Amino acid sequence: MALEVNGKSIAVDEEGYLENRDDWNMDIAKAIAKEEGLDMTDAHWEVVNFLREYYDEYQIAPAVRVLTKSIGKKLGKDKGNSKYLYELFPYGPAKQACKIAGLPKPTGCV
Amino acid sequence: MSKRFLYVNRKAPYGTIYALESLEVVLIGAAFEQDVSLAFLDDGVFQLVKGQQTDELGVKNFSPTYKALGDYDVNKIYVEKESLEARGLSLDDLLPLTYEDEDDDWAEKDSIKLVSAAELAEIMEAQDVVLSF
Repeated sequence: MALEVNGKSIAVDEEGYLENRDDWNMDIAKAIAKEEGLDMTDAHWEVVNFLREYYDEYQIAPAVRVLTKSIGKKLGKDKGNSKYLYELFPYGPAKQACKIAGLPKPTGCV
Repeated sequence: MSKRFLYVNRKAPYGTIYALESLEVVLIGAAFEQDVSLAFLDDGVFQLVKGQQTDELGVKNFSPTYKALGDYDVNKIYVEKESLEARGLSLDDLLPLTYEDEDDDWAEKDSIKLVSAAELAEIMEAQDVVLSF
């Protein structure tokens, strides 16, 4: 499968996750978000960027429980809760935000 | 009622899939809020050595992921002293794995505990489930 962005064809798997993490850029992120029916706001980017940093440091996409806890620690308690994150990413913050961030599906996410 | 799970890691990190599989099972299992601990012995102690370089092997260096274990509330990591010494290694050669203790005002604490073979045998004895990788 592939996603068309700026005339380029980007390889994605059957669920829409990037095949190659190095392909990622902000335009691709916006294109994936559009497929998911989301408009990227600063609040969305904050979570997506957080996930990319987490992946760079730990080489995994965190489970949603860990994501919530870590966001709370880094960005404040008002953001480190499921309500806030699910409002941004209604189909699951770990799953949807990871896809937009160009990361693999979170370990343990079924 | 949570059960006591011990994951026993005995193999070198690369060359077989055991080390990575074990780590993934631990991360997935962490969602079930059991009492989880990990043991590293024999060549398994190499899994925790810092400064791993896998470019030449053409496989992903997954060792940074061990540092996420604290976030997953996995903070009892036993390393067998005899195995470490037999390989010319010491605690200083291992990744600094830490967690934040909820019951102690989130103080950062070491997750790794050096134990003797005899102590590890007692730890194994006290488990409900022992999974060997």
